[in-house]
Amino acid sequence: MSAVNLVDFQDVAKSYGDGPPVLTGVNLAARPGDLVALIGPSGCGKSTLLRLVAGLNPVTSGRLTIDGRSAGEAVGELAFVFQEATLLPWLTVAQNVEVPLRLRGTSAGEREAARQRVLELVRLADRADAYPRQLSGGQKMRVSLARALVVSPRILLLDEPFGALDEMTREHLNEELLGIREATGWTAFFVTHSVAEAVFLSNRVVVMAANPGRVHAEINIPLAYPRTAETRVSREYVELVTQVSRVLRSVEDAAGPFAP
Amino acid sequence: MRKPLTSLLPPAAAGAAFLAVWQGVHQSLSEDTRFLLPSPGAVGQAMLDHQATLVRATLNTAEGALAGFGLAVVVSTVISVLLALSPWVRRAFYPYLMALQMTPLPVLAPICVIWVGAGLKSVALLTFVISFFPLVVNTTQGLVSTDRNLVELFQLYGARPWQKLLLLRAPAALPYFFTGLRIAATIAPIGAVVADMNAGSSAGDGGGLGFQAVIFASQARYAALFATAATTCLLGFALNALVLLVAWLCLRHWHDSYERSDR
Repeated sequence: MSAVNLVDFQDVAKSYGDGPPVLTGVNLAARPGDLVALIGPSGCGKSTLLRLVAGLNPVTSGRLTIDGRSAGEAVGELAFVFQEATLLPWLTVAQNVEVPLRLRGTSAGEREAARQRVLELVRLADRADAYPRQLSGGQKMRVSLARALVVSPRILLLDEPFGALDEMTREHLNEELLGIREATGWTAFFVTHSVAEAVFLSNRVVVMAANPGRVHAEINIPLAYPRTAETRVSREYVELVTQVSRVLRSVEDAAGPFAP
Repeated sequence: MRKPLTSLLPPAAAGAAFLAVWQGVHQSLSEDTRFLLPSPGAVGQAMLDHQATLVRATLNTAEGALAGFGLAVVVSTVISVLLALSPWVRRAFYPYLMALQMTPLPVLAPICVIWVGAGLKSVALLTFVISFFPLVVNTTQGLVSTDRNLVELFQLYGARPWQKLLLLRAPAALPYFFTGLRIAATIAPIGAVVADMNAGSSAGDGGGLGFQAVIFASQARYAALFATAATTCLLGFALNALVLLVAWLCLRHWHDSYERSDR
């Protein structure tokens, strides 16, 4: 099984220092092309799970492999989109997008070609010379996405990237994200607090429980791609949203009324 | 940087009001005590009468102030980078940096005179001491306050330590650096004048503004003394304007403090 899994968690646990476990007994896998949505109450370790894949934190016990290698060794294969755009405010859009390539010593010619390609993907080629403060919240997140895509990652880690945006912008960006995925074909883990977003984007929703963080349920989303605004009003989509909501509610009810 | 003429009106009006109050207070004094506060006109006249002396003294003070200030910028930047390396280094050396700041200039002045002799070198050294602390504190704070997500982003893409410093931490620290620079630019001329009073020299080209203030005071030339104080203020304004210009050139495109607003 693990031979076909691009990302493979086997009984992974994570604690910080002597503190209580943040994650425990996580068994989770993603095959190439999967878009896995992670949803659950605050403090259930969704972001920690992404950080383990990114190699930003080591696992405490268990085994995490990326294409058969340890997380730290596969860092060149992945990109991370943070909850906030985290752009360098002193650089233009074009310069921000080029940062990962500049850090890896890519030549100027290759940087320019890659930058143009991803800025066109996120429809910001005409804002290449703008500074972050001149952009809207949605545009900043698109630059952040372009910066992640510029390294042509095999695995994309998205930590609630559209959480701070208004509903309409978020829906547009969800559709754009799926459109870009059609063109580029990465595997992704997407953390969100929105059930509708999780169902719309992913082919699998992982519902997590807290205290300690663990995988509670995995729900397949058999909606066909490409998904559009029409998908959101389909009966199948609404039923899946209801199903995931029920599972999430059961997790929150089990945690008690004053759970975080 | 381009501002409409109307934006100059509030400071111009406040300046005119200040001069009017000054003149009023001067006239309200009795004939016997009026010398304590010369009129704005008398101070202006003294500036013209002692123009050559004041220009020469200003150039001497500016030379000492700029030398000390420039040295403080370079040394504080290097020290800040070292202090930003680890909390342990900061804990070890901060108390001694503070001790340097807390020693009054008149106490340090004789030590400087013993070490490098009276005159320009002592003035520059004392200006360095007074300018150094705000620069090192602010720059260090800026270097260690980089957005955690950005640091992790650089880590994720395999940034080397020098890339983290030059491409991330240093530009992110610029607003802090310029805050320190503005404070230092304000106190550097004050430090230079106080240093000049305590460790200056009339040898060579006649000392700076501090030295000149001592001479005017001893000669009971109060209007000239006020003119010297006003000239010191102008020197401070000039150094501040220079710092503001450099800050504007470096930050205008991206820092929120330079955002255009109609409010």
